[in-house]
Amino acid sequence: MNYIEHIGKYFMMLRQVFKRPQKWKVFRETFFREVEDLGLKSLGIIMFISFFIGGVVAIQTALNVDSPFIPKYLIGFATKRSMILEFGPTFTSIILAGKVGSYIASSMGTMRVTEQIDALEVMGINSLSYLVLPKVLAALIFYPLLVLIAMFLGIYGGWAAGILTDLFYSVDYIDGVQLDFNPYFIKYAIIKTIVFAFVIATIPAYHGYYVKGGSLEVGRASTQAVVWTSVVIILLNYFLTQMLLG
Amino acid sequence: MIEVKNLHKSFGEAHILKGISSTFEKGKVNMIIGQSGSGKTVFLKCLLGLHTPEEGEISFDGRVYSKLDIDEKRLLRTEIGMLFQGGALFDSLTVEENIMFPLKMFANQSKKEMLERVNFVLDRVNLPDSNLKFPAELSGGMQKRVAIARAIVMNPKYLFCDEPNSGLDPQTATVIDNLIQEITDEYQMITVVNSHDMNSVMEIGEKIIFLKDGKKAWEGTNKEIFVTDNQAIVNFVYSSNLFKKVRESYLKESK
Repeated sequence: MNYIEHIGKYFMMLRQVFKRPQKWKVFRETFFREVEDLGLKSLGIIMFISFFIGGVVAIQTALNVDSPFIPKYLIGFATKRSMILEFGPTFTSIILAGKVGSYIASSMGTMRVTEQIDALEVMGINSLSYLVLPKVLAALIFYPLLVLIAMFLGIYGGWAAGILTDLFYSVDYIDGVQLDFNPYFIKYAIIKTIVFAFVIATIPAYHGYYVKGGSLEVGRASTQAVVWTSVVIILLNYFLTQMLLG
Repeated sequence: MIEVKNLHKSFGEAHILKGISSTFEKGKVNMIIGQSGSGKTVFLKCLLGLHTPEEGEISFDGRVYSKLDIDEKRLLRTEIGMLFQGGALFDSLTVEENIMFPLKMFANQSKKEMLERVNFVLDRVNLPDSNLKFPAELSGGMQKRVAIARAIVMNPKYLFCDEPNSGLDPQTATVIDNLIQEITDEYQMITVVNSHDMNSVMEIGEKIIFLKDGKKAWEGTNKEIFVTDNQAIVNFVYSSNLFKKVRESYLKESK
């Protein structure tokens, strides 16, 4: 199947996904389960990675700023900008594409090969809406929150790195963080995250839902899902940056 | 009654079903048999609406499936119970939640009423006190029984079973066969079973359809299968020496 066919099939899938849920009570239950599976269970890894990434960005900036003419507050400023503009939304989304993307593709792929999706269809349930819509909404609502936490922890991680390594003073770093704060950048990061969240929930769902074969194919679909989700995030990141900041 | 007229189904170049016609009656266990690749599963999936045939017609008590709108199809599907080959139980749900699932989606009942119904069907399949177990904690036979419980929880008019005995030991397979026959009789359902387990065919097959190369090669009852001259089904059913001897002794006794 060529790429155009895949893209067409993906949009056809989306048409089914965004149909009205058959029973709101069941939808609500599924939605909260997905918030836990896709969101809360990713909180730990996101907090851990963003904290250390912030630390590394601060240390590397400090090590590269050795000229006495460059003010030290630049370290805090650069760490803040990096975390808000790029590391928060994009890096977090790439991590989520790996963690959540493989989970969505493999769980849906397993449901497909063990006929659980057929069972839903035979019962008269719109399986795409039942399985994918709660995932999409959970990701759209929860991931911006995750990204905000990642930004905060990254900046905090940079400050902690300074304290632990003595490469810069706390007061300089805090000055840098407070310098030239532009709320639009937060808005920009949230817009990117919402788009990426949609991609993270739907592309792996597509790969998992249409898998054919057995466990080997489920594994392959899971890998493909992560690769394509990452590729699409990177491409969209470029275009969104052009559109929103260019 | 389920009526199938001149059913054709292809996948690309492969013409799988080549004009199959038959009827399935109420209160009877109807069996579809045939070699692997003969089109049994495709035929069953066409009956279930999971595959759309290119030609032909399937009607459920006069309702022609292809002429129904989406809502009518959904309504019809609530009247269908399906037992999949592997059970197709939802791994993330307990036995109770699995069986309650169709009720939650389609029945406007209170939690208490749903729980009563779940316990009733669990008792019916001889699995009381399994409510809180997960499918992975059950044996293959128990999973099949839970799948039967889920299939009948909505009081379906039509029950479809795909290879209900595959992977089960002979004793458990007999239990499942008997259960299918009993519930068919009790609830006066139209049951269609896809199988190549000859024990099941002989035991519970009140009507048997033999498919060969996508065509209906023979149709009859489990009594007629002993006396038929149709070479295709004789070669298929009596390929084992044991069944050959059973047939010979049956023919001797009947003379």
